[in-house]
Amino acid sequence: MSGDGFGILALGCYLPVGRLPGAVPVGANAWFAPGLRAAPGQRRSFCSWDEDALTMAVEAGGDCLAGAEAEGIETLTVVSTSLPFADRSNAGVVREALDLPADTRLSDAGGSVRAGSTALRAALEGGAAQLVLAADCVDAKPASAQELSFGHGAAGVLVGEGDCVAKLLGAASLHQDFVDHYRAAGERFEYALEPRWVRDAGYRDQVAATAGEALESAGLAADRVTATAIAAPGGLAPAVRKHLNKALALPTASSELETAVGFCGAAEPLLKLVEVLEAARAGDKILLLALGQGIDALVLEVIRPPATRSLASALAAGVREDNYTRYLALRGLLPLEAGIRAERDNRTALSAFWRKHEAITAFKGGKCSKCGTLQFPATRLCVHCGAEDTQEPVRMADMTGRVRSFTEDWLAYTPKPPLVFGNVGFEDGANVMMEFTDVEPGQLEVGAPVDMRFRIKDLDERRAFRRYFWKPAPIRETDDA
Amino acid sequence: MPEGIRDKVVVLGMGCSRFGERWESGPEELMLEAFSEALADSGVEKQDIDAAWLGVFFQEQSTGKSGLPLSQALRLPNIPVTRVENLCATGTEALRGAAYAVAAGAADIALAMGVEKLKDTGFGGLPERTKGSSEDLWLPNSTAPGSFAQLASAYSAVHKRDIKELKRAMAHISVKSHRNALDNPKAHLRRAITEDDVLNAPTVAYPLGVLDCCGVSDGAACAILCTPEVAKRLGRSDAVAIKALQLAPSNGVELSNDAWDGAHTLTTRIAAERAYREAGIDDPKSELDLMEVHDCFSVTELVLMEDLGVSDEGRAIDDVLDGRYDHDGAIPCQIDGGLKCFGHPIGASGLRMAYEIYLQLLGRASERQLDSPSIGLAQNLGGVPNRNVASVAIYGLKDITR
Repeated sequence: MSGDGFGILALGCYLPVGRLPGAVPVGANAWFAPGLRAAPGQRRSFCSWDEDALTMAVEAGGDCLAGAEAEGIETLTVVSTSLPFADRSNAGVVREALDLPADTRLSDAGGSVRAGSTALRAALEGGAAQLVLAADCVDAKPASAQELSFGHGAAGVLVGEGDCVAKLLGAASLHQDFVDHYRAAGERFEYALEPRWVRDAGYRDQVAATAGEALESAGLAADRVTATAIAAPGGLAPAVRKHLNKALALPTASSELETAVGFCGAAEPLLKLVEVLEAARAGDKILLLALGQGIDALVLEVIRPPATRSLASALAAGVREDNYTRYLALRGLLPLEAGIRAERDNRTALSAFWRKHEAITAFKGGKCSKCGTLQFPATRLCVHCGAEDTQEPVRMADMTGRVRSFTEDWLAYTPKPPLVFGNVGFEDGANVMMEFTDVEPGQLEVGAPVDMRFRIKDLDERRAFRRYFWKPAPIRETDDA
Repeated sequence: MPEGIRDKVVVLGMGCSRFGERWESGPEELMLEAFSEALADSGVEKQDIDAAWLGVFFQEQSTGKSGLPLSQALRLPNIPVTRVENLCATGTEALRGAAYAVAAGAADIALAMGVEKLKDTGFGGLPERTKGSSEDLWLPNSTAPGSFAQLASAYSAVHKRDIKELKRAMAHISVKSHRNALDNPKAHLRRAITEDDVLNAPTVAYPLGVLDCCGVSDGAACAILCTPEVAKRLGRSDAVAIKALQLAPSNGVELSNDAWDGAHTLTTRIAAERAYREAGIDDPKSELDLMEVHDCFSVTELVLMEDLGVSDEGRAIDDVLDGRYDHDGAIPCQIDGGLKCFGHPIGASGLRMAYEIYLQLLGRASERQLDSPSIGLAQNLGGVPNRNVASVAIYGLKDITR
């Protein structure tokens, strides 16, 4: 098959650095729920306090577009079951953070953990240039099975006309209102049903038929499938997998995502797809199955493996968290006494935000056309030469910064002390005082290179608002692997 | 450069309250305590004062806005009172207002009062404010120690001095100020400490430990100013005159441009250069007898030695460790304990510095009196290293009989 045409042009993903070994919650909660010892899992990823589905979508989007042509994207779809805003375009914030044009068609999608594959199928069958970003950050009750099996992560797929990584051969979908788990609107935690019933009455019988239908629409025999990617809440039970493989003679699959990251909600179908594509060779045939009140089955042919292996890098970049209370506190599941400084009111002046939205969300400074000096934020008068109204917007989010000074502040309030902040130098003379993220005490030094991450800047719990800005983080050494 | 106010204004009297955790006193009582001392010192009556300036920084949590708190607390006879605020340089700003009024002839006798009541805010350090401005959309939720700690990491990198060496010089500064405050009955923190105490203190904002930070105190200080002619008429012979009073605020360069290396305070250099010119000082290293500088943190005092031109660039560590700024050094710095130990009631601090220099120049500093100093410098820094207001005032003795 020729590479040119309509299909998947680029892939991206993001995993937060936090990794909780299953033994940590199991050990801490064994007094209460000894049964958790039976299936502790290996590790799961989790967001720090300043990450959510929206920030992860931006990360995955940036990764996706890093090696691709962003121009011509007609539609941006952000898929999640845990978007921070019910009425404020989440995709709109992602759009501006990624610096996509304001006339991009936007949609927030969700409603099911299957929404990621549904959006991907729609994009692949839609014919328009589309960026699909799926991200989920769903928390679980302490001492629950979900605490061990849920992960946080994001993945993105750029679909359009061009030099394809993969093309869709066929697809099938089936809806069934099979309620193996649910989460009511506005609720933080899901309610899960009896796992044996889910396994025996649900997935085992439902999966094979739809998968077969998709293969048939692709005109492909099951034994020609070289890899399967299966997204199922809590992971597909071994018995179901065995049944499926037997019914369709599919190859057995193992997934590092399942052992090292956990189930990432609506992002799971795309993450699983990225995982198999990064390991694929040209000509491979992939069957993607995603479950959630029914099933999506997509059959894809690999044209060329993706140029970068960002999931492999993200898997390698995790930082192990052995402190259970720190994990709980970072997820807002343990109200620690934060002192009087945490009582500060974080109201956002949204009128000021509107004036500065390009600076804050897209992280654009102003470059003086007279003397070439870059400054943040842009102002009417150049900080260097004083020229008036000469500044052109220049995006700083993609620049590498240099630490010029820093501190680890144990007095300032932050959900993750110490607050690490300092002066960061950019191109063309710019200096910005910024809060660092994904950094531990003793890790920074003056001169260190940093890249920019879109993160929660402040939470306003009183008004259920959150504001975002960019934070520098030490460049991960595995990134160029 | 304009002619300036050198020798046009003299200090008729000064007062300073005891600094510290003044749970029993509000800002009214603190102001009255300082004022009573100054009035007695000046030899004039309350009714002789023509105008007053009040400096207070966190007015929301203490005095409230406007000039009224001073007018009411002192029961002033409805004279004009102007409230000023310029971050931690607020006290100097109040002095500047009063001095300009006297120099301009708008007032024969003017009062400058600085006050801060911090211990009602409930905070250990400085209080937090509501984060609702456009800058809060991007600036970190920094604290004062965190902001000043930046100086240390930048200084270490720019001058290629090991952070441990820097820490040791910073510790020397704190030890010195604690020693000096032992001789100051009005000081907030009066106990001797060792270099090891400083180095082993809990970290507040790396590399600053608790003992690298100044006291957060309640207090008030004030000055009664007049022209040399008025002082002469009142029978004075020697007086402490203002030789220079300069102010330099940042214009955004430090905040947004890398022309600033982060290892010094740009504004202090500008204000100092202007002040030396106004005072006619060619070589501060040999001409200054004592200094009171804005030692909110030990590292601030260290870099200020270079900014004020008394240490060469990159050499402050060595000068500090050599004892150049100790009580028996070439230019004693913070002989009263400084912000570190006398304390830092923000609005009062600039006037507290003037108070100490005034006492020293007149030979009235009792236990801590230096050997006949004739010229002293007070430097105030409001804000944080990347955005601040620096003031430099120079005071000297003047024979007003001629």
